[in-house]
Amino acid sequence: MIEVKELTKFYGPRAAIADLTFTLEQGRILGLLGPNGAGKTTTMRILTGYMPPSSGVARVAGCDAFRDSLALRRHIGYLPERVPLYEDMTVDSYLQYCGRIHGVKGVTLGRRVREIVETCNAGEFHDRLIGKLSRGQRQRVGIAQALIHDPDVVILDEPTVGLDPRQIIETRQLIKSLGGRHTVVLSSHILPEVNAIADEVVIIHEGHVVAQDSPANLTQRLQGEQRYHLTVRGPLDDIVRTIKEQEWVRKAEGRSSAWDVCELTVHAADSTDIREQLAALIVTAGWGLRELTTTGLSLEEVYLKLTTEEEIEAA
Amino acid sequence: MGLFTVARRELTSYFGSPVAYIVAAAFLALNGFLFAAVISNSQQADMSFVFGDVAIVLLFVIPGITMRLIAEEQRLGTLELLLTAPVRDWEVILGKFLAAFALFILMLVPTGLYVVFLVAFGHPDLSTILSGYIGIVLLGAAFIGFGLVTSALTQSQLVAFIVAFVLGLILWLLQGLAVTFSGGVASVVSFLGLSQHVSNFSSGLVQSDDVVYLLSLIVCSLFVATRILESRRYR
Repeated sequence: MIEVKELTKFYGPRAAIADLTFTLEQGRILGLLGPNGAGKTTTMRILTGYMPPSSGVARVAGCDAFRDSLALRRHIGYLPERVPLYEDMTVDSYLQYCGRIHGVKGVTLGRRVREIVETCNAGEFHDRLIGKLSRGQRQRVGIAQALIHDPDVVILDEPTVGLDPRQIIETRQLIKSLGGRHTVVLSSHILPEVNAIADEVVIIHEGHVVAQDSPANLTQRLQGEQRYHLTVRGPLDDIVRTIKEQEWVRKAEGRSSAWDVCELTVHAADSTDIREQLAALIVTAGWGLRELTTTGLSLEEVYLKLTTEEEIEAA
Repeated sequence: MGLFTVARRELTSYFGSPVAYIVAAAFLALNGFLFAAVISNSQQADMSFVFGDVAIVLLFVIPGITMRLIAEEQRLGTLELLLTAPVRDWEVILGKFLAAFALFILMLVPTGLYVVFLVAFGHPDLSTILSGYIGIVLLGAAFIGFGLVTSALTQSQLVAFIVAFVLGLILWLLQGLAVTFSGGVASVVSFLGLSQHVSNFSSGLVQSDDVVYLLSLIVCSLFVATRILESRRYR
């Protein structure tokens, strides 16, 4: 449904995005993840036909974002970073307007407005002036606007900004429910959000795709090294030294917690599971193995790791 | 069609805010005053001087109508909505033009009372008055075009207003500049000035060169405004 190939966009001499490549199947939800200034908004603006890329190809529903811009825009519902609201209109008349410019007419328009007001929880303020709404309410109207014409592809730039925690949860559920029927691209700099909503994650940093995968795979794949946590009864120094001697261990450190019990953290040399080897080693040496668990990196740590690694590369 | 959706929203928005009422009130008050002054001095059932005054009032009233058209959309971020909707750039511009033009015509309608007065108390030449109105309508449309261009250039309504006003004023005053030139240059500069064309209309002459000149000003400014809107995509 969405195909992005070697997409590059220059602002003056600075490349906001460089060689961006990813694809998205029909009905899937993609999370664009990256810190502020990573190129998320630029990518979305190209996907929505708002501006052309400097080079590369972006196709949505088979339409080229630059050459068939008008046809492409018929397939898209878009919530920009700054919610585009006319403050002097009521929510209802605004949504009718948005429907009309997307070619929704007559009876269908009235029905769609009622449906979408319901879906986006805007019923309590549907007849109020937009200028009088709170930030969270405006954000919901913005999302409603992107869905009013029942588009194939929904593009949401930071959809949960400015919402309170309860609304964030509701909005995430709403977006998640769009999957299957709609193809969704959302951007965020909040990890748990993408983790909770998206089927696929594309991490961008400084305009480059750093990784694309499912949230679960991403965590696993990027772990590279697995970490283990152990509680062992025995002499701390001997245990650490013995573990460190193994070739499948990259790093081990520990501290004593009770007078003859110590807590250890072991980093494996690669991604193979070394729990059994560790257990065997400790039991053979005659120490008491009390606990042994893997501690997978959370996506948040992956993310931090990715961005730091990028920075080192750049420097 | 996107064109009419844009025009309709814009027109509703005019009447939803004080802008339309204030501008219309200012327009009618100034013209009413000038009409009364001109007629009581001349004691003739003749509108040609009145049309000259209306033209000058339009010079700053029209930018007041047009300044918000695109500048405000840029400031609010709603331009991003319009430019990512399946609406062509020229539809946006033409829609906005139609809305401002409709408001302008609505403002002009009450000045029909002047004609009623003249008919009641004298014997005006109605065809001359009609020709004067044609001139004013074309002039107003050209000013709306200028206003659209300047509104597309900036996020600031004030800047849009001032630049549109100055642009109109320069074209209005070009006539006076013509005397400093001689021969062909003088006639070109004089032709480019607006005032001569408008006074032709108000003295009852509907000439093709006046009509073509004003129409081409309108078409040109709409074209330029569309290109400016398009160019926003490339920044």
